[in-house]
Amino acid sequence: MDKMTQLLKLLENTKSIEINDFRMDFDELELQLMPAVQQVVQQAVQTRKAASEVLPMEDFKPPIQDYPGKVAEVQLGKGSRKPVYLGGQQALYRFEEAQPNAPVVTFDVFDIPMPGLPRPIREHFSDVMDHPGEWAKKAVKEFGANMVTIHLIGTGPKVMDKSPREAANDIEEVLQAVDVPLVIGASGDPVKDPLVLEKAAEAAQGERCLLASANLDLDYQKVAQAAVNNDHAVLSWSITDVNMQKTLNRYLLKEGLTQNDIVMDPTTCALGYGIEFSIDIMTRTRLAALKGDTDLQMPMSSGTTNAWGSREAWMKKEEWGPTDYRGPIWEIFTGLTMMLNGVDIFMMLHPTSVKLLREIGGTFVKDYMTTDLPDISDWITQLEG
Amino acid sequence: MKVTAMDIYKLLPKTNCEDCGEASCMAFATKLSEKETDLKLCTPLDPEGMEKLEKILAPAVREVTIGKGDKQVIIGGDEVLYRYELTYYNPTALVIDVHDELEESELEERIKIIENTEFERTGELLTLDAIAVRNKSGDRQKFIKTVSRLKNSVYPLILCTMDPDNMKAALEVVGDERPLIYAATENNLEEMAKLALDYQCPVALFVPGDLEKMKQLSHSLRSQGIKDIVLDPGTFVGDGIGDTLDNFVMIRRLAVEEKDEDFRFPIMGIPALMRLGSKEDSVTKGIKEATVAATMLNKYADMLIFNGTDIWELIPVLTLRQGLFTDPRKPQAVDAGLYEFGDVSEDSPVVLTTNFALTYYTVEGDLKSGKANTYLLVLDTEGRAVDVSLAGGQLNGKSVADLIKETDIENKVNHKKMIIPGLAAPVSGEIEDDSGWEVAVGPRDSSAVPDYLLEKL
Ligand code: SF4
Repeated sequence: MDKMTQLLKLLENTKSIEINDFRMDFDELELQLMPAVQQVVQQAVQTRKAASEVLPMEDFKPPIQDYPGKVAEVQLGKGSRKPVYLGGQQALYRFEEAQPNAPVVTFDVFDIPMPGLPRPIREHFSDVMDHPGEWAKKAVKEFGANMVTIHLIGTGPKVMDKSPREAANDIEEVLQAVDVPLVIGASGDPVKDPLVLEKAAEAAQGERCLLASANLDLDYQKVAQAAVNNDHAVLSWSITDVNMQKTLNRYLLKEGLTQNDIVMDPTTCALGYGIEFSIDIMTRTRLAALKGDTDLQMPMSSGTTNAWGSREAWMKKEEWGPTDYRGPIWEIFTGLTMMLNGVDIFMMLHPTSVKLLREIGGTFVKDYMTTDLPDISDWITQLEG
Repeated sequence: MKVTAMDIYKLLPKTNCEDCGEASCMAFATKLSEKETDLKLCTPLDPEGMEKLEKILAPAVREVTIGKGDKQVIIGGDEVLYRYELTYYNPTALVIDVHDELEESELEERIKIIENTEFERTGELLTLDAIAVRNKSGDRQKFIKTVSRLKNSVYPLILCTMDPDNMKAALEVVGDERPLIYAATENNLEEMAKLALDYQCPVALFVPGDLEKMKQLSHSLRSQGIKDIVLDPGTFVGDGIGDTLDNFVMIRRLAVEEKDEDFRFPIMGIPALMRLGSKEDSVTKGIKEATVAATMLNKYADMLIFNGTDIWELIPVLTLRQGLFTDPRKPQAVDAGLYEFGDVSEDSPVVLTTNFALTYYTVEGDLKSGKANTYLLVLDTEGRAVDVSLAGGQLNGKSVADLIKETDIENKVNHKKMIIPGLAAPVSGEIEDDSGWEVAVGPRDSSAVPDYLLEKL
């Protein structure tokens, strides 16, 4: 670039220029320039004037923030299990710092055949539904489950009223069948659940399962003790209420559990059925953790399976299209939304949903702009259909 | 962050002349701070004051209008990063593409599908917002022909070509309707900028995967006096989705928290790109396109362009958008009490539900479409759904017994039988004990209630 062009370039960005100690203002400069150049300058000045103002421009800087807090890391699986780790984030987004652990999916398995499951799920598992062990094995072998959740629904007094001893047998069967970590869920009966979880925890001693769940409606102390005595973690379940979550976590910490032994379930409302409440709660919880609230620094869990209760997921209706596609999408949307707002572990049912969710979650542990990106600059002409 | 009523009041004329329809300047300032009125209503305000106020009232993300009159969609306008902090403004515009190599009949069919796509949910009719016309052929005449046909569409247009001459030709046809020019890039910036200024149209800036360059080019457009810009930082899918997300989040954070003028614009994503070079079957493509859309909807997309038109793919997208853009400041509850459907008499059944708005409107929709004649008792659960209020303790024997008394339903019907939601089964005994009514556990989903009533009665 010759001197004059450089000078003109400078003029584009500034109202005055400094050459060493000698300072000229626009008007003076104009007078001193040769006529031809003067014309160019005038043009530049005019275009400038046409625009509303001379705009200052700062350099691009990625908006990275500092967070005083950190999400606790929880290990699930020990002994004969391959361990899985949850949480551990020190930042909200990947461009600030990649997550140490990718989100984890755990497949739902039941201790009874569950004829009520929607058809798109039954068709994948109907051959193994009589045996929770076989069911778990299929989830791991065929669908690559990181973990399995065994729901002891059959212990419900109004279901089959199986005894805690029978429940423990089912746990043993599943432990034998697979080597992934387990989530152990009960039936939702506040009186019986702690008894069932206690026996199940003993049967799985040293395997570091997640006991689901402790909540304020039942004897959470018994559940917490079962975890402490047998080296398990506890799912701390609150109902879309950050304060309730804090209170319950504090109670559990008093029972001898640590941050690394608790996973929170702030309740997942399904897509179309209050998902926005869950978005707000998950966001607030995770922000509080990173800001340093030690009562909320545990990883979060989502009962994504709730999505299948939405009528859009299962109800036959010609004008909505086939349920075969609607169901999995409903589950994906529900889980994905929770994942984008900080959730670390997902309880899910459909293999397609699990696969897609994991593909996206897998990118959370990579660094910003380290993936080969395709050239999309010509998409307008290249896109078919 | 948000401006206060006081900041605004300082700049108003302070004469309390009431021209704006408010009793005082302070009242007007309060409404302005809540975005509940329009600054232009203060007629005595001088131009200088107007400019100052416009500036401090400008949302973190500029509102951009695409289209005109009754054929327009507004995008952007957001103030916060998280909806719980305030609310999100202007729902994400959902756009479907058509291209200029379609046979005439295919084009007609596609336009019809787009215009007829609708889905009713909780009393609201959800639809699409715009059509993107793609110059796939690269041929000018073909582009003009397709654009001319779309001039009659009910939706505003996005004109998609990287060729400024073809863009100009299209603008000669529809330039007076404020279509979005897609796109200015580093290769055609000057020409596209000129078109945006000449035709007074908003322009999209497409800079895939390079925010630094995007900032420079956005700055350049702004310096030329262009105000309405939409940012497309590139939609990368598969392993690239992480980078797509990062770019969206960074842009929005720079706009909201750093007030970086070059990024204070709506963001657009193109889930349709998921289909680029994809060899998958059409169902998988549809599911994945929707998934990409859900990712971007959650993280700040103000506009999305789709290729798929299947209703099963669009229903979840429409539903997620509805949820995200619900105003969290508005109560999600309806009034508790007694509601009547159809012709009720003393023989009519009595059904129970909760006052959570979503639950209520779902039940209401089902009772109406099923033409049921029934009383509906709506319990105050503080806006919680059946299962949630059951767990939270608002739905219990005593609260239902109280509702029966308050509504005086015992004097309106000649029986004491109530149908409760399937999910409320655990408290059926409790309700019977506390109220003395006989309780039948109804279906889990209210769509089955009308049939249930017919069968049982
Ligand atoms: S019109 Fe303007 S000056 Fe008059 S009361 Fe309203 S805000 Fe005040």
